[in-house]
Amino acid sequence: MKTRTCATAVFAAIAAIAAGCAGMNDQETSQKALEVMKASFNERGQAKLDRLNQDEAQKLCSKPPSQELAKDIAAGIEKANLASIRYPADGRLMGDWRQGERIAQSGIGKQFSDDPKIPAGANCYACHQLSKAEISYGTIGPSLYNYGKLRGTSDAIQRYTYGKVYNSQAFTACSNMPRFGHNGILTEQQMKDVTALLLDPGSPVNQ
Amino acid sequence: MIRRKMAATVLAAGAALGVSAQSSPEAEIAKYREALAAGNPAELWEARGEALWKQKRGPKNASLEACDLGKGAGAVKGSYAELPRYFADANRVMDLETRLVHCMTTLQGFRVADATKRVFGAGTNRSDFESLAAWITSESKGVTMNVALDHAKEREAYQLGEKMFYFRGGPHDFACATCHSESGKRIRLQDLPNLTEKAGAQLAYTTWPAYRVSQGELRTFQWRLNDCFRQQRFPELKFASEASIALTTFLARNANGAAFDAPAIKR
Ligand code: HEC
Ligand code: HEC
Repeated sequence: MKTRTCATAVFAAIAAIAAGCAGMNDQETSQKALEVMKASFNERGQAKLDRLNQDEAQKLCSKPPSQELAKDIAAGIEKANLASIRYPADGRLMGDWRQGERIAQSGIGKQFSDDPKIPAGANCYACHQLSKAEISYGTIGPSLYNYGKLRGTSDAIQRYTYGKVYNSQAFTACSNMPRFGHNGILTEQQMKDVTALLLDPGSPVNQ
Repeated sequence: MIRRKMAATVLAAGAALGVSAQSSPEAEIAKYREALAAGNPAELWEARGEALWKQKRGPKNASLEACDLGKGAGAVKGSYAELPRYFADANRVMDLETRLVHCMTTLQGFRVADATKRVFGAGTNRSDFESLAAWITSESKGVTMNVALDHAKEREAYQLGEKMFYFRGGPHDFACATCHSESGKRIRLQDLPNLTEKAGAQLAYTTWPAYRVSQGELRTFQWRLNDCFRQQRFPELKFASEASIALTTFLARNANGAAFDAPAIKR
């Protein structure tokens, strides 16, 4: 473990050497970093200090993307996250794509500057292309344009899509995509609505 | 006079920004920079910062001219390109803001709470820190970034900063790395620098502080960290806290070798 930090120091070898592999080992550095962070933030609005308490996946995923997870660890993350998905009791996974579009557009939610009384958005457009009309989209995630047109709306696709939005890491350990249901960002109805945005043949995503 | 000329250019540039919603934000900023070739509004903050540095203030009625930013008492030129660094008199690593608080308390006699009342300005309520940082950093323009990791505490700060960069948490599972560890990515239309590569770290770090056109304010690197943590859904980063010193050390060190080029101008 000790050599990890050194090996992954991303910059010039000099930096790695200078940063020294002699001091704290990797785990001690992580521990110290957490302590320092806990003393370095103020609670503000809805953003309390407990946001610095990591769950298992967050801990395991706190690493450079170039540093690959062992296969069994990745599988373990996916299994635990898959088990967290709660599908709607009424069995319906597709809501209203028009609402879904609004949710996909909105970047409000969970910031200390946001009013917690206003429902959170998902800002899918921050990372994904979705409809043809919206040209202000990011590229952190893959394009989802024509998602439903290409995949259809079978029960399996609906379950996968709702599940992906609920907990992205059920399918991809350490995904950069937020776990919208698992972490309570979106409500069940909102997740149905964005699922419809992706799958409904009438949605702009599929034109 | 300066103010007058600048106001006119800002208006002209603002108009240029407004016209073509089609072209990329980068192209717009390039145009804006051109229009402002005569002067960056940051100069207003720089002038105020220089005056503040020299003005006798605080319970001890002293100026900051005896403040040691690392290159000896009163030596400002080139100092920012070597910060953060270890200061023996405080026995800790300090970034510019932390050092300024140190000097305001020790030399001028301010209480920390009074010195840090307004860390980010809004409109006519300017922050002394933003002004001082504008001037002090301008005195490092063109100087090669050279942050040392000679002292054990400097190495520790770097390592902690690196850990924090990859630390995922909060309701969105975000880390700095979520948005800043791949090249050529953008969020909505904003290009995201890859801060894990030398070129990306250099370009980003050497261009703060910056006059932000969208806010009409001079913003420091400290502010940049604060606002990225907000978007990361973390609580509020404390001004001049250990975490901000560690992250700043990590990023400043990674920018070593590049010529410092701020105060700049940004979106
Ligand atoms: C911060 C970035 C980010 C946000 C916000 C985001 N995603 Fe993603 N998304 C990703 C990344 C990265 C991937 C690819 C890795 C993966 O599959 O987990 C992805 C993958 C997906 C996939 C899987 C695609 C496939 O081929 O199977 C779907 C579906 C998806 N996202 C839907 C959404 C929806 C709907 C939203 C909003 C509710 C959303 N995403 C918000 C980053 C994001
Ligand atoms: C949710 C996304 C997100 C996260 C998480 C994030 N940032 Fe940023 N960051 C941005 C965006 C967007 C910009 C560009 C803003 C702009 O252009 O106005 C940016 C800009 C920056 C810049 C300035 C780049 C330049 O050239 O001006 C730095 C430095 C930076 N971020 C560092 C960090 C650090 C350090 C962290 C972690 C504490 C972090 N960011 C977390 C989205 C993010």
